[in-house]
Amino acid sequence: MDKFTRLTAAAAPLNLANVDTDKIIPARFLKTIKRSGLGKSLFADMRYNADGAENPAFVLNQPKYRQAQILVAGDNFGCGSSREHAPWALLDFGIRCVIAPGFADIFHGNCFKNGILPIVLPADVCEQLMDDAAQGTNARLTIDLEKQVVVRPDGEEIHFEVDAFRKHCLLNGLDDIGLTLEHAAAIDAYEAKTPSWKPAINGV
Amino acid sequence: MSRTLFDKIWDAHVVDRLEDGTCVLYIDRHLVHEVTSPQAFEGLRLAGRKVRRVDETIAVVDHNIPTDADRLNGINEPESKLQIETLEANVAAFGVPYFPVSDARQGIVHVIGPEQGISLPGFTIVCGDSHTSTHGALGALAFGIGTSEVEHVLATQTLLQKPAKNMLVRVDGVLPPGCTGKDIVLAIIGKIGTAGGTGHVIEFGGAAIRALDMAGRLTVCNMSIEAGARAGLIAPDETTFEYIKGRPYAPKGEDFEKAVAYWKTLPSDEGAHYDKIVVLDAAQIAPQVTWGTSPEAVISITGTVPDPQAEPDEARRDQLQQMLRYMDLQPGQKIAGTKVDVVFIGSCTNSRIEDMRAAAAVAKGRHVAPGVRVLVVPGSGLVKAQAEAEGLAKIFTEAGFEWREAGCSMCLGMNPDKLTPGQRCASTSNRNFEGRQGPGGRTHLLSPAMAAAAAVTGVLTDVRELV
Ligand code: SF4
Repeated sequence: MDKFTRLTAAAAPLNLANVDTDKIIPARFLKTIKRSGLGKSLFADMRYNADGAENPAFVLNQPKYRQAQILVAGDNFGCGSSREHAPWALLDFGIRCVIAPGFADIFHGNCFKNGILPIVLPADVCEQLMDDAAQGTNARLTIDLEKQVVVRPDGEEIHFEVDAFRKHCLLNGLDDIGLTLEHAAAIDAYEAKTPSWKPAINGV
Repeated sequence: MSRTLFDKIWDAHVVDRLEDGTCVLYIDRHLVHEVTSPQAFEGLRLAGRKVRRVDETIAVVDHNIPTDADRLNGINEPESKLQIETLEANVAAFGVPYFPVSDARQGIVHVIGPEQGISLPGFTIVCGDSHTSTHGALGALAFGIGTSEVEHVLATQTLLQKPAKNMLVRVDGVLPPGCTGKDIVLAIIGKIGTAGGTGHVIEFGGAAIRALDMAGRLTVCNMSIEAGARAGLIAPDETTFEYIKGRPYAPKGEDFEKAVAYWKTLPSDEGAHYDKIVVLDAAQIAPQVTWGTSPEAVISITGTVPDPQAEPDEARRDQLQQMLRYMDLQPGQKIAGTKVDVVFIGSCTNSRIEDMRAAAAVAKGRHVAPGVRVLVVPGSGLVKAQAEAEGLAKIFTEAGFEWREAGCSMCLGMNPDKLTPGQRCASTSNRNFEGRQGPGGRTHLLSPAMAAAAAVTGVLTDVRELV
């Protein structure tokens, strides 16, 4: 998992509440064998017309947001199923941070597991950020996780809360596997005590 | 302190404990199949990680693989083909032991683990599939995991887990003739419901469980997940040791003796604490059959379909009505005599040699009813070979049943064996959800003997009338 420390980037405004995981990545894209490559299917039903052509009105199709790494969204973002394809799709598109008044629980947890920082801020603050985002590349936002602030284009700093443990994991790029590997010595010690009768699966 | 079987296995596998009580739990056996592993291997590759213990990992294809004889000539469905090819590329790249479709040992992941002696008592066993609970029949702690966890186990041979609560389901007495492990577990789910085991690991005990052979025990533990449990397990005993002895990957000679000595310490201590206890009398169990679209919607073959009007709770009443509509059944109708279109004998619940024998005993000298299609799908290539050697395959084919290659087949609509909309199926599998066996298909869960009885009569039938 990539570290998340400080990020300065264009933010895309997605002023919709209750964006569910089916909107983020429709079920028909789940039969894949990869977690990479889902970026092109991100928000597919909003992003493409029925004939497969890009819908020029959709925010991520506008030239100024094609490189966006931050998403400012409406309340209850990521509701619906537990599929990890949703954060995989965001990440593959390049989104590293989502700011919203609220997130669905499982999605919120899945973001941290995949190196995405979800930031919860009051609705009126999100609206200000939505306005900033509307200015596109001229108004980049900076996210400083260490200091726990969002820096607006005019330099104003907005504080946000984040679970201390999850912050530690993101700052250090530790996913669950990374965390468990901090116990590598204990795993080695456990394996060293394996009973002599325990067979190995080899010679298949 | 007195401990349960679950407590003992858990304690023996705690590598480390985190502040909030989460444990780093060591995993002894990781079974891998084509559907839930591709992103896990990809994750390893992206992070530059290896499979920590290839000698504790085994891979096989089962979910997607067709079960017709010419499958060795290639697979038509492009997505299935891709998943299978991806697994083959991954096991080759990471050095994971693998039973390909051309290997006689290939079969359903939950059949081959016990069959090969890969699944053993006291082990922690995981697989990216919910019916991993099957392996608990050997006295192992076995449960299903998601794709991220598959990657976690591949990379670390451990999982981050919190302990479950203990539940005891005791089945006393003697099971009447014509009844099997399948009837026991369906009766249990009928009694406690599909959420009855939520948050718990169920230990099955009592005289009727002890009296089951290993195949029957595997069937019972297989469906503990349908009762909402995290896992199901049965204390290892002489039946278990006898079953394991001589299997290809089981300990041999002196090692086997050492292992047995350890396994004998595993059964729950006298006075061990259970958070929940449920007791059933086996003598009261009759052959079971589900009538609805949830495994808890189950009755005896002598029973009648319930009337939703008798249900006081409105939401529940609506649910029952929806089930009856979907299943095309009438309230109060006798379940026996309901006409079937398809019979499926197979799945990780009931595809072992004992299941084949039970079905063949009913099929012998009889013939499939007109208009009914019967699929018999052995759980592994070895079950298939043994059934052929014992003359069972001949009994099936003479009865007009299809005798197929090993795989998950019609247990779920992921390979070519599917129901068509509206078809009614008597099935030995484990899930009767809407569309599980194919869109619009209607599933009645029952035992292999009951399935064979439906095959030869064309209707749901009390097998006791045929023996
Ligand atoms: S037989 Fe059915 S339940 Fe068992 S592993 Fe295969 S698909 Fe899952």
